[in-house]
Amino acid sequence: MTDLLYRFRAIALAFLLIVATAIPAFAGPFEDAVAKFANDDFSDSDEAVGIIATSGNPQAFAVITALQEGRLSADPDSKKVYLTGTDGKVTDAATGEAVAEVPASAAAVRLNNRLRRNIESALGGLTLMSPDPAKRIASAQSVFKSHETAMLPVIEAALEKETNKSAKQAFTEARAAILLYKEDATEAEKIESIAIIKGRGDQDALALLTSLPADQTVGVARSAASAVTAINSRQTLWSIGQNAWYGLSLGSVLLLAAIGLAITFGVMGVINMAHGEMVMIGAYVTFVVQDVIRTSYPGLFDYSLLMAVPLAFIVAGLLGIVIERTIIRFLYGRPLETLLATWGLSLVLQQAVRTMFGPTNREVGNPSWMSGAFELGQLTITYNRLWILCFTLAVFAILLAMLRYTSIGLEMRAVTQNRRMAASMGIATSRVDALTFGLGSGIAGIAGVALSQIDNVSPNLGQSYIIDSFMVVVFGGVGNLWGTLVGAFSLGIANKFLEPVAGAVLGKIAILVLIILFIQKRPRGLFALKGRAIEA
Amino acid sequence: MITNLTHAIAKPISRRSLMAAATGLALGLSAFSPAKAADDTIKVGVLHSLSGTMAISETTLKDTVLFMIDQQNKKGGVNGKKLEAVVVDPASNWPLFAEKARELITKDKVAVVFGCWTSVSRKSVLPVFKELNNILFYPVQYEGEESERNVFYTGAAPNQQAIPAVDYLMKDEKVKRWVLAGTDYVYPRTTNKILEAYLKSKGVKQEDIMINYTPFGHSDWQTIVADIKKFGSAGKKTAVVSTINGDANVPFYKELGNQGIKATDIPVVAFSVGEEELAGIDTKPLLGHLAAWNYFQSIKNPENEKFIKEWQAFTKNPKRVTNDPMEATVIGFNMWVKAVEKAKSIEADKVIDALPGIEAKNLTGGTSKMLPNHHITKPVFIGEIKANGQFDVVWKTPALVAGDAWSKELDGSKDLIGDWVGKKCGNFNTKTNKCGGQGS
Amino acid sequence: MTPHFLTRTLDRSATVFLLIVAAVGILIPLSNLLLPADSPLQVPTYLMALFGKYVCYAILALSIDLIWGYCGILSLGHGAFFALGGYAMGMYLMRQIGSRGVYGNPILPDFMVFLNYKALPWYWYGFDMFWFAAAMVLIAPGILAFVFGWLTFRSRVSGVYLSIITQAMTYALLLAFFRNDFGFGGNNGLTDFKDILGFNVQADGTRAALFALSCLALIIGFLVCRAIVTSKLGKVLIAIRDAESRTRFLGYRVESYKLFVFTLSACMAGVAGALYVPQVGIINPGEFAPANSIEAVIWVAVGGRGTLVGAALGAVVVNYAKTVFTSGALAPYWLFMLGALFILVTLLLPKGIIGTFNAWMEGRKARNTANADSAAAEDGVTKPHLAEKA
Repeated sequence: MTDLLYRFRAIALAFLLIVATAIPAFAGPFEDAVAKFANDDFSDSDEAVGIIATSGNPQAFAVITALQEGRLSADPDSKKVYLTGTDGKVTDAATGEAVAEVPASAAAVRLNNRLRRNIESALGGLTLMSPDPAKRIASAQSVFKSHETAMLPVIEAALEKETNKSAKQAFTEARAAILLYKEDATEAEKIESIAIIKGRGDQDALALLTSLPADQTVGVARSAASAVTAINSRQTLWSIGQNAWYGLSLGSVLLLAAIGLAITFGVMGVINMAHGEMVMIGAYVTFVVQDVIRTSYPGLFDYSLLMAVPLAFIVAGLLGIVIERTIIRFLYGRPLETLLATWGLSLVLQQAVRTMFGPTNREVGNPSWMSGAFELGQLTITYNRLWILCFTLAVFAILLAMLRYTSIGLEMRAVTQNRRMAASMGIATSRVDALTFGLGSGIAGIAGVALSQIDNVSPNLGQSYIIDSFMVVVFGGVGNLWGTLVGAFSLGIANKFLEPVAGAVLGKIAILVLIILFIQKRPRGLFALKGRAIEA
Repeated sequence: MITNLTHAIAKPISRRSLMAAATGLALGLSAFSPAKAADDTIKVGVLHSLSGTMAISETTLKDTVLFMIDQQNKKGGVNGKKLEAVVVDPASNWPLFAEKARELITKDKVAVVFGCWTSVSRKSVLPVFKELNNILFYPVQYEGEESERNVFYTGAAPNQQAIPAVDYLMKDEKVKRWVLAGTDYVYPRTTNKILEAYLKSKGVKQEDIMINYTPFGHSDWQTIVADIKKFGSAGKKTAVVSTINGDANVPFYKELGNQGIKATDIPVVAFSVGEEELAGIDTKPLLGHLAAWNYFQSIKNPENEKFIKEWQAFTKNPKRVTNDPMEATVIGFNMWVKAVEKAKSIEADKVIDALPGIEAKNLTGGTSKMLPNHHITKPVFIGEIKANGQFDVVWKTPALVAGDAWSKELDGSKDLIGDWVGKKCGNFNTKTNKCGGQGS
Repeated sequence: MTPHFLTRTLDRSATVFLLIVAAVGILIPLSNLLLPADSPLQVPTYLMALFGKYVCYAILALSIDLIWGYCGILSLGHGAFFALGGYAMGMYLMRQIGSRGVYGNPILPDFMVFLNYKALPWYWYGFDMFWFAAAMVLIAPGILAFVFGWLTFRSRVSGVYLSIITQAMTYALLLAFFRNDFGFGGNNGLTDFKDILGFNVQADGTRAALFALSCLALIIGFLVCRAIVTSKLGKVLIAIRDAESRTRFLGYRVESYKLFVFTLSACMAGVAGALYVPQVGIINPGEFAPANSIEAVIWVAVGGRGTLVGAALGAVVVNYAKTVFTSGALAPYWLFMLGALFILVTLLLPKGIIGTFNAWMEGRKARNTANADSAAAEDGVTKPHLAEKA
């Protein structure tokens, strides 16, 4: 029943498009249909969408868009349906007359997935002629997937007028999809279509070819089969690329979490078990920043992360300095006591955050520039992961430059390599210690800002990264930032290539066993520090 | 014992340290000594993790029990006695659950315990409740395959959550291809096993079912979400049935949103994602994804509205959400109160015998009943995620569904029933007419 | 440095320790079984179970102190050996359930019926016999420790690297045991035990016997450790701890010494785990969690590293604190207390409770002895100086 209705609607829409909108409004059915929204019943609403879409009423487009965007409300008692325009003006949806305001008894018309899907396809047809090429391509894509025979004349008409190159390609593919599934298309037409679809070569193309009905001629079946093989082998290549990307992205997360540890543990030799909690605090700083922005300056939401980064650095860094001055300072040269004290500290920090912010997850939103994904060839690259990768590399570069070119960096390296000699040269080692620890903690805080975009913001956040971070630092070689970089990316990539083969759990176990075995081969990690310093 | 210890220490060590040791021991042991038996109150044990990984879910349930006790005391208590909560923190540590259960029952002499979230914590305390003959109310949806005399299960059994949800997707969304994704532990394993058997009985082929397990707290979902996307683009309508647990959900949904999987293409129906979990996610990209529960905060009903208002007043947080395990706690608490009133005693045996058949109002407008298998009747709702972090109920079962302790879809348990009224047996085999499982 | 005093197996504090453990091991079970329930001196069963747990933890702490305190090997994965011993015992207890499981299957444990196992996996064979399980309690952790130690000590992995990869080891095992396909019950682990050697595990008598046995194991473990650390072998171990390269240059096979003591320590941890499981009634992968192993190291540090008595004491004190703090009004704040305890102990009592106490005693003795050598007073720490190497 729904299918039939849908088919009918598609044809009607196509018709509607061709003859443009100059059809006089039918009075009865449209208004009755609109009133159905007040029944608060998904089937009724679905039926109403069908009738409205085919009514040809000039209000139709506005009503359906409003429904999709949740701007349509209905009063169950008076059966009146109100449309709130994008400009805030309220009209009676059935008549188009202006109304002062939506009555209190009215509630927004509810949607479910089926309804949403039908609305989308109803609107999809309407955008085939949109002046925006992106929208035209999107609707061509949806036709490609639905390959509705009735859409063929519309697509062909659009194809003829189309000047944009990629839109033209999209329409050609959509036409090929329709022809392939058209029952009365010739064999030559079908084989040609297969060639076009093969050229597209993605998942959707594969789906289209594999779900072809069985009653094809030998020629069509054969060329479809060879196209499937070709696409499959190309997909395999792409999936290697995709896995590499996933690996890079996982590696960047590992690196970000480990980089602060590479300083406190790698450079200073402090086993900081509270490192994860610094990450967590960074994430909570992001939450607080977003919370303030949400309540006071909603317009600035997209900049929330930019504000959170320095704040997280300062908060976590200061906390790090305080910790260094009050606890770590007394424990230098006794790394295992530090382990103990920082473990206790991590318990305290966790519970403090739990008491202050509650034990549940806190919502940290993605700004718009970190949402969604784009396609690069057959690769799907999500913006948040891409930004995190860039961000990580930037943090790494800045840190490296700081250690290399600034005087404080020089002092840090001096103290690390030979504390007593550095002290004799007049370096205030205790000040440098505090600053180094603060730096490591601050960077952990920044990591928290980035991790809040892909993970939970909860008191347990830090715990889930601490072991991985230690693995990365040890694998890469303690005391060497480049080692941490290479370590993080190789672990990330190895993990992601193992995961499709062995599954997520076994993959992770395999990585751990590999690290254990690797350490046998190179007991001081990938990039071992040479010289006497390491024996101290 | 104190004397022995101190004597042993006394000889070789100085007097001062002896005194210090003695004071320490005395102080310490006083913590162990049985609490004064206050006859004017009834003690209620609360065994939920307040720290560790499970604190995220369980803390709310502790507050719920405290809230219910507060409400009941305002009504004058039970059988003329006030209720008194005894809160312990098993710290998400399973052996500690058993230890704390023992402490609650032996030392604090509680009449009943409300607690546990994970199956393993329940399994850990089970022997303790059996041995010391006390009552546990377990408020979370679980894998079933259990019916114990001392435990009352007020959360959903698989037939009260998973099967109706799949039915809905099959009928209403015409789903033909299924991804069963879960965390690798016993609840998802069993639920997926039950669902797999059920789907096959409905004619779904093996190649149209993809099963995937991930570790606890899995946070990198890129590969799996991409696999789901691939699996879903095979031309048949696909849905994901998610038994992913706890913390792993947020990164999972974030990845879904970012990779552009919309509910209109591949809907995800989750059994462990409720209002509380959504409070930590930006729900706009998740619009239309589904959850199956026996309660939603958004359900319009005077009972529910009153409860939410009082709950938010009690917690002094006007934004505090409610969720399904909370409702299960509330139902369990009310059933216990009624059973104690019926039995006119808090003695475990009497209350256990009084409980089956007890009815209590649930918050969705119906009346739940305790069944002889110690599970309860519940309505099943399917909700779609709304942009405000709440659910919009799109479907519900026409009547209350009785909880099955033993799944009818699994070979090992299809002949078993739990009946603590007539048969006095939790695993009665209807084929062999014997108590004790499949027998030999 | 003055030659340290560890010349005989038993000094005063060791004797006191042994006497206390023996007294506790005899008197608590007797008091539990013989005294009437309303007697103020009767130890209730739940307390006995609790103390039993502490004693098992004390054995674990002892095993860690042996390698960390005397050989400088800081294992952050000793919980893995503990858990393996526990699993070996758990498997025996599972097989003893027989057809009393909920599904009534005489061979397969419940979780296997549940996951559609048709037959017992091969690695479960033999666990129906106690002697086999008891042997596995030693063999399973022993083999793991031997292989792991052989690999790492031979390639001279030491210090933090060793600590971190022991953590990787226990973490990998944690993930493996969490998997339901692994055949050890997944997250739920092994539970709902009925009998041990034909005795009901829940019965007071069995519990009392298990408790006494745990105390006995602690005494034996302590004696073994003392025997080792006071022998020539022990001196070599301390030499390795304080200057590994020098010891090697002197011609000692450092790897062999380390491997021996590491494997022995793992076996001890396994025994602790095996005694722990029937008393707490559950073994599950949570025991493999790296956090547990770190905590065990902390017990040793709190009690006093390199003192053996201190390790056992630390385990009891910290766990006792945990028990007290997690109940009652303090429950929401107990992590603050525990965390603060760790921080304060490291800052104020760097040698741990026993170490500090010993130092204080020695210091006083030194002051009291009028003609004392000034060097002795200066170096008045009973324990050998703990050069931080790990």
